[in-house]
Amino acid sequence: MPNKTFFWFFLPTGLAMILFIGLPIISTGIQSFYAQHDQVVKEVKKCDPFGCTVSIVVDQEATSVLRDERPLGKFNGIGTYVDRNHLAIEQISEFWNETDTFGDFIDQVTNLPFYKALLFTLTYCLFVTPNVLLLGFIIALSLNAISRKIRGPLIFGTILPMIVTPLVGSLVLFWMIDAEGIIGANLQLMMEDPYLSLKSSRTLTWITIIIYGIWHHSPFAFVVFYAALQTVPQEPVEAAIIDGASRYQRIRHIVLPHIYPVVTFVALISLMDNFRVFEPIIGFSAEGSAQSLSWLIYDNLVNEEVILFGSAAATSMMTIIGIAILLAPVLIRTWKEFRTAR
Amino acid sequence: MEYGLDKRSNALKTFNTTFIIIWLLIACFPFIWTFWGSFKVRADFFSRADWWYAISAFNTLIETGGQFTSNAYSQAWTEGEFWKASRNTIIVTVFVVTISLFLGTLGAYALSRSTERYAFWILIAALIFRAMPHITLVSGYLFPFFELQIWGILPTTIVVLVAINQPFTLWLLYSFFKTVPKELDESALIDGCSYFQAFRYIIMPVMWPGVITAGLFSLMLAYNDFTVTALLLNQENHTMVPKIQSYLGTNQHEGNLMWAVSAVVSATAPLFMLVMFFQRQVISGLTTGAVKG
Repeated sequence: MPNKTFFWFFLPTGLAMILFIGLPIISTGIQSFYAQHDQVVKEVKKCDPFGCTVSIVVDQEATSVLRDERPLGKFNGIGTYVDRNHLAIEQISEFWNETDTFGDFIDQVTNLPFYKALLFTLTYCLFVTPNVLLLGFIIALSLNAISRKIRGPLIFGTILPMIVTPLVGSLVLFWMIDAEGIIGANLQLMMEDPYLSLKSSRTLTWITIIIYGIWHHSPFAFVVFYAALQTVPQEPVEAAIIDGASRYQRIRHIVLPHIYPVVTFVALISLMDNFRVFEPIIGFSAEGSAQSLSWLIYDNLVNEEVILFGSAAATSMMTIIGIAILLAPVLIRTWKEFRTAR
Repeated sequence: MEYGLDKRSNALKTFNTTFIIIWLLIACFPFIWTFWGSFKVRADFFSRADWWYAISAFNTLIETGGQFTSNAYSQAWTEGEFWKASRNTIIVTVFVVTISLFLGTLGAYALSRSTERYAFWILIAALIFRAMPHITLVSGYLFPFFELQIWGILPTTIVVLVAINQPFTLWLLYSFFKTVPKELDESALIDGCSYFQAFRYIIMPVMWPGVITAGLFSLMLAYNDFTVTALLLNQENHTMVPKIQSYLGTNQHEGNLMWAVSAVVSATAPLFMLVMFFQRQVISGLTTGAVKG
């Protein structure tokens, strides 16, 4: 296709992507170097029969004038990146000097908002991704052995958790697991602990969200693996059976190598999706004990007094860097393949 | 994979069936339970006293005189203005699907027919864009949108959702177009068609399965979106998912939990019907993206 024709065909979608994905990333980058204005203060002398006092109050008018004039805020350089709510360089060096043991140091650091969120996000990715692959694969193998006639409805039931939006999915589970729901109430009875509830324990909250994650993402892994299983050639499998290979050996040495490229694909996609975990935290009302990077950004953006554009943008930039690190191996591999193909 | 030679032991068969049944229970029971509970009153579905009330409908009988009540639905749809939210969802979904299919088919066709190197790099860039968390993009939108005074209205959200959706649509349609033989449009070109005519009259008619699949995924994205719609729309224009969140209440004001339950059921039911209808397309879409990507 000639370049000119290509250009016109691609223009609309290209423009949409540049304007609403490319530019926002740049805009986020710029915003991250600015911080909201400090409030303008003025001294007010107040006199009453007992004498005069000078008090400092916020000059609302001057503040709003300043905000209107320079809506982006004041230039802050990398100030936002290193402040207490983000990388917290100062606090960390303080902790490093003050704490005696390494464990103490880690405890202190993971109490800082950014590191707390990073820890949760990584824990979530680390537990959800492998389990999703495993469960998805087992379901695919298992459904594949069921008679073809009833597979359709079974597949429909299996993919339900995936097609609802994460907020709805987490709510539906939350209403059951919460202290007033069916599972929560029965757990209380079983454990004989009337105060047992999701919100009471950080560990329980984390476990619940991770279980939700596995429940929500497994169907995706299932669908892809199931389709890949249909393409496994029959001859080697039959040969292996004749040679006396056990079921496990057949899966390990014939099926798995065949679907290996698909496994890496699913792992990558689910890692990317898990890294942006956010809605379940709202669905489970777990803000108290579990915060993710995306949730931090959301929290800054729905701040009631002033929207913290700078802070949100700084966290966003660091999230993007995180995604870039996750994607790097794939991109490098693609680049190498592309180079050799030339 | 049905192995002719493969003899399964009965134990294995039983184990397999049990596993599938347990998994299906885990996957489906929460939805069935929520559906059941949406016809009860709050004191039953979220019972402090006894969880069995949700089944025996103890309080529902006292409050409404029947085993089941549809009060939650009627209140959420009228008082809770869920009708407005669903109207907004329909508007957003219809426009997002139409526009993104239009842009996506044009772009993906060009990508699949180009032999230049930049086509490869565009696809890689689309993959990187696909990986961007939506919330980071939203944090880039908010400030410019406030300044331009286009925040809070439906058209802005529609355009944003279309753009966010493009990378995935491009990849999906690209792999579908690749399966359509080149000779088909080449012969049309030789006969004197322009590229656009070849695209419109020769390629599109054989592309319907791909277009339906891509449309379904655009639809699911627009219908399910929370991040973009919650932050870029004002209260008045909220779609269903942010509306459900607003029923949950915050620290400041008590929400109405039963409204949220009935709203969840109302929002989920059409989606389930749709997927039941188009199950084949959903699965083929997921796997085409997977095998090629």
